[in-house]
Amino acid sequence: MKRNLRFYFALFFAKGTALVLKLIGRKGTSMPGSWAIILCPDFLGRMPRPKRVIGITGTNGKTTVANLVEDALAHCGYDFVCNRSGTNVATGVASSLIANSTFFGKPKKDLAVFELDERSSPRILPYLKPDLILCTNIFRDSYKRNAHMEFIVDILNQYIPDSTRLVLNADDLVCAGLKPQNQRVYFSIDKQPGELAECHNIVRDITTCPQCGAKLQWDFVRYHHIGRASCPRCGFSSPQAQYRVLSFDPANSRMRVLLPDGEREFPLPNQSTINVYNTLSAIAMLCEFGLSGEQVARAMDQLSISQTRYSEEEIKGRKVILHLAKGQNPIACSRAFENVRDYPGTKAVILFLDDYFDAAHSVENTAWYYDTDFEFLNDPSVVQIVAAGARHWDVYLRLLLAGVPEEKIDHLPQVEEAASALKPGLADSTFILYDVYTIGLAERTRDRVKERLAQAPAKEGEAHED
Amino acid sequence: MKIEILFPEYCNLFGDMSNMGYLKQCLPHGEFIETALDSEPRFLTEPMDLVYLGPMTERGQERVIEKLMPYKERIRALIQEGRVFLFTGNAVEVLGTSIEKEDGGKIHCLGLYPLTAKRDMMHRHNSTFLGKFQGQPVMGFKSQFTMAWCADESLALFQVEKGVGLNKKCKFEGIRQKNFFGTYLLGPLLIDNPPFTRYLLQCMGVQKPALAFEAAAQSAYDARLKDFKEKT
Repeated sequence: MKRNLRFYFALFFAKGTALVLKLIGRKGTSMPGSWAIILCPDFLGRMPRPKRVIGITGTNGKTTVANLVEDALAHCGYDFVCNRSGTNVATGVASSLIANSTFFGKPKKDLAVFELDERSSPRILPYLKPDLILCTNIFRDSYKRNAHMEFIVDILNQYIPDSTRLVLNADDLVCAGLKPQNQRVYFSIDKQPGELAECHNIVRDITTCPQCGAKLQWDFVRYHHIGRASCPRCGFSSPQAQYRVLSFDPANSRMRVLLPDGEREFPLPNQSTINVYNTLSAIAMLCEFGLSGEQVARAMDQLSISQTRYSEEEIKGRKVILHLAKGQNPIACSRAFENVRDYPGTKAVILFLDDYFDAAHSVENTAWYYDTDFEFLNDPSVVQIVAAGARHWDVYLRLLLAGVPEEKIDHLPQVEEAASALKPGLADSTFILYDVYTIGLAERTRDRVKERLAQAPAKEGEAHED
Repeated sequence: MKIEILFPEYCNLFGDMSNMGYLKQCLPHGEFIETALDSEPRFLTEPMDLVYLGPMTERGQERVIEKLMPYKERIRALIQEGRVFLFTGNAVEVLGTSIEKEDGGKIHCLGLYPLTAKRDMMHRHNSTFLGKFQGQPVMGFKSQFTMAWCADESLALFQVEKGVGLNKKCKFEGIRQKNFFGTYLLGPLLIDNPPFTRYLLQCMGVQKPALAFEAAAQSAYDARLKDFKEKT
């Protein structure tokens, strides 16, 4: 698209807005991009694009993976534009491009790395035309916004350019089937000891062959529809991956990965399978970008998963763990609940599941609770659950229906008082599960939990060391 | 007590299967039969106390319509006999007249009641709903790509108090024909609405319906109703 007067007016107005925001000390806002798109709706199509553009999308993990890819590229000396401090929708992408352009809009950097909201594809992909897109996975997400997987798949298939090379999850048959004519590579985690063909989740969005509709035979199901399957009728099967995690060495926090140029060791981020997928997909993306396996391995050794999504602290031998459980996203919350269950020792859990905006102004659609595996919290190792927020009665009822004994559950409307309901000293670890918009609340609660744990007796076995 | 769940491998969106999960806890001795799309529905040939169909994707909806079309007269007869059906989300459209697609094309449905729906895939409708059923409040959530029209008000399921009915101007939500209950309200409809659930169980032949976790469900209902009245 050619640049016209409207484009330049939008560009200059947006740059002026960015300057004013900078002068008043506001950072990371998508306001310049919003103005640019309001004034020139096809602004992204007219804005000159950097020579190479990488996109990272998918339902879950895209922020973590984008951060890893950006950190690794920075470690390797690349200079690039990204939307890390902004948003992953069209306005965020536009803001980043504006901020990194000359007065007349020419890109200052030749490389762009963007985290892209999959639902916003129609407003971004046809204009940005990424050279390389990584799709982490495709799951059910917000019913309000993303409806269902078929809707998102149709959008991606319609708007991913034919020329874009894809990095896809071979263990996700929905993701693996995107844009079948496009060039692609796959990543996968090999079947691990103990993994069976049974699914323990409520939601499993692919059970029949995408080609002929026959019931699929599963080699193993890792969670939900993640696993490997084949069709007994037509021969369809999960694709073979070029990037594979072969084995884990948890004792040394390492994993062995097969790359196109041979096997190599990488750091194992933590025990969460989701983060193994995140790291593996970032490795695949970086190699496809052109880095050698050795460069990627060296970079990965220096990096860690973003601390805003998961952090641990220890008070007198007891852990306090902040864990993101993205609201209205049944898969992300199910993964968080499973992580809680699988964490060693006994656990108390504080649940902040309310949508921040709905809680203030409306009544949240709680249908997603019933696609979420609260059943994972019905475990002997989970000794207390505190549900706090506007929908606390609904969470309480959901927990009862999941089989959690009522004596383990406390529930209250006042979120700021959740820490007070905690019985300190009961559990080895306290998880605080929070939504993206309640990180502040989670941090304040963590501080209160720490205060309470500091006053409680030390964990048995820790007093000696003290 | 026999309950047939139709095509659960496709018709399972938006947490709606929780309605059947809840009935399992309310009816611990009930027999729940799951019928896949490539099998013949059992309710056509043997009596069921409830037949349930949940929400599905748009392509799934076309497959379900194709599957049930040959049985439309049998389904019509069963509804006239007073058999109990519960259809939620866009399942309610399956027995209607037609669905208009964005390109103007029409999907012909079973035509058992005069409901027409129109899709708008780029403008998803989300809202909260507060209405009345048999004089009792009923609450729920809508999240859908279609709006529907039905000229016959005698088929109303819920009267609208707050929110949107079959369409933005319609004063009722859902379709009721004898013991056929069809509603666009999504998710835990039966968990969230103890009065409606008791009524449904009575229609199914349960003499004194007892709900699972009845006290907690009622408290959650009361708290939610207060929020619906104050916040929406």
